Amino acid sequence: MELQGRTWKFGSDVDTDAIIPARYLNTSDPAELAKHCMEDADPAFPEKVKPGEIIVAGKNFGCGSSREHAPIAIKAAGISCIIAKTFARIFYRNAFNIGLPIFEAPEAAEEINEGDEVAVDAGTGIITNKTTGKTYQATPVPLFMQQIIASGGLINYVAERVNKECTK
Amino acid sequence: MPMTITEKILANHAGKEHVVPGELINARVDFVLANDITAPVAIREFEKIGVADVFDRERVTLVPDHFTPNKDIKSAEQALLVKNFSRQYGLTNYFEIGRMGIEHCLLPEQGLVGPGDLVIGADSHTCTYGGLGAFSTGVGSTDLAAAMALGETWLKVPESIKFEFTGELQPWVSGKDLILYTIGDIGVDGALYRSMEFTGPAIENLSIESRLTMCNMAIEAGAKNGIVAPDAITRAYVEGRCKRPYQFYQSDPDASYVKVYQYDVSKIEPQVAIPHLPENSRPVGAAGNVEIDQVVIGSCTNGRMEDLRVAAKLLQGKKVHKNVRMVIFPGTQEIYLQALREGLIEIFVMAGGAVSTPTCGPCLGGHMGILAKGERAVATTNRNFVGRMGHPESEVYLANPAVAAASAILGRIAAPGEVE
Repeated sequence: MELQGRTWKFGSDVDTDAIIPARYLNTSDPAELAKHCMEDADPAFPEKVKPGEIIVAGKNFGCGSSREHAPIAIKAAGISCIIAKTFARIFYRNAFNIGLPIFEAPEAAEEINEGDEVAVDAGTGIITNKTTGKTYQATPVPLFMQQIIASGGLINYVAERVNKECTK
Repeated sequence: MPMTITEKILANHAGKEHVVPGELINARVDFVLANDITAPVAIREFEKIGVADVFDRERVTLVPDHFTPNKDIKSAEQALLVKNFSRQYGLTNYFEIGRMGIEHCLLPEQGLVGPGDLVIGADSHTCTYGGLGAFSTGVGSTDLAAAMALGETWLKVPESIKFEFTGELQPWVSGKDLILYTIGDIGVDGALYRSMEFTGPAIENLSIESRLTMCNMAIEAGAKNGIVAPDAITRAYVEGRCKRPYQFYQSDPDASYVKVYQYDVSKIEPQVAIPHLPENSRPVGAAGNVEIDQVVIGSCTNGRMEDLRVAAKLLQGKKVHKNVRMVIFPGTQEIYLQALREGLIEIFVMAGGAVSTPTCGPCLGGHMGILAKGERAVATTNRNFVGRMGHPESEVYLANPAVAAASAILGRIAAPGEVE
């Protein structure tokens, strides 16, 4: 799967309150959450983001709360993937579980500029900055998590397991 | 093969003799929890799995503590969803308003989590129970849904960092100051993916409340869990309280750590973390002259008896500054009642403070104390991110209950010694 789009750049330690402020957590409707995605980091973001675009950020992206509403809001806003130096651990798991592709690639996160056209091969983790022509390799994902992705997310993975046990 | 306390608990729950950092394990969970914000998403995902029941009705609890007592119609609907699920699946523990508490104050108090447990919760501050010697960590709603169905979760065994605290605590210094100081030293990602093990003579002398506070904020350094080895203080707390058998684990003396930090607590003053990250901690005297509009005392970080007693000690016979509103949130109904019996509630009300039923409310900018544009709060909570307690242009300063009480009296960030 190739993901391609223009990039939006953010700094380090972007927290889940910036991604989706708690004042909007009285709903879990993805479309509602998307309307406020990244609002406290950039109030105009929900208006200007277009489907397929990519977020590029510094270290510790998604720190703070365990709210799954954060990756849900980003995915529903149309973002195709996130490239960061590092991710906070709960956000990292949540993104995989809900099927939002994320890539740890410190050099790419450092060098890609806002507005660059970037393509990511989700299978190999190869990131290409089409604006500069430079390529990067994202940190490989553990095999176990690749299986979760192959099942289409954690719930499908668990459902497959439960069904298997029932038919034993 | 030597192991840390975290590795031992994980190995036990994975049915293995030993585990090593980096290893992926499938682990049995002793207890799982979610709240009124994260449970609705977990319920939605749980129902997609297609199982008839949760793995164990006694080991799943959904605590409506965030936007409760219901702050608006949408919140009421989320809380109702949680209540209906709890009834439909016959969950043993459901805590309605009036019996409810802030989840991470409530579960240890009710003996639902204990030493040696493996607990996951759809709330990032689930790491609190490390204060009892449990492995506990926050997860998202989907991970929780899977654990509700299977009674298991997959985990990567974290590397451990050891923090050794020596020396005598200075007056008005508590677990909150030690953890703010630590996060200030290592940064908000200083323990990313790792386990923070708090050890040393100063920790061995620390109350259960302060240990819970320290482990509560391990997530603010990016950690997977925080943990304190259980001892006589732990035993005194859990005996007769824990509803399930518990087990005390200790790290082997030759267990390996990726890093060891050593701190002399006699050099640590009461801390304040200035906006907008918990790592911005400094001695209260170095916070500058900061006038404030609100003081919040409570939360899963500092809403326990020890915290209320400290605040009351300073507020007794004093008045909250005319420019300040002070809101106090006992962590549970039991804490509320005990505070009432000890006369603490009267002290708070006489001082001009408002006392609320337990709720996470203002800590996450939900309700019951939201800041307007330009307003500043001193809070005993855990996060001071942009917009955390309200308007994106408001500010939160994190501190212990003594600093919060002193600041409420003087109308600016103040050291407890200034009002003694």
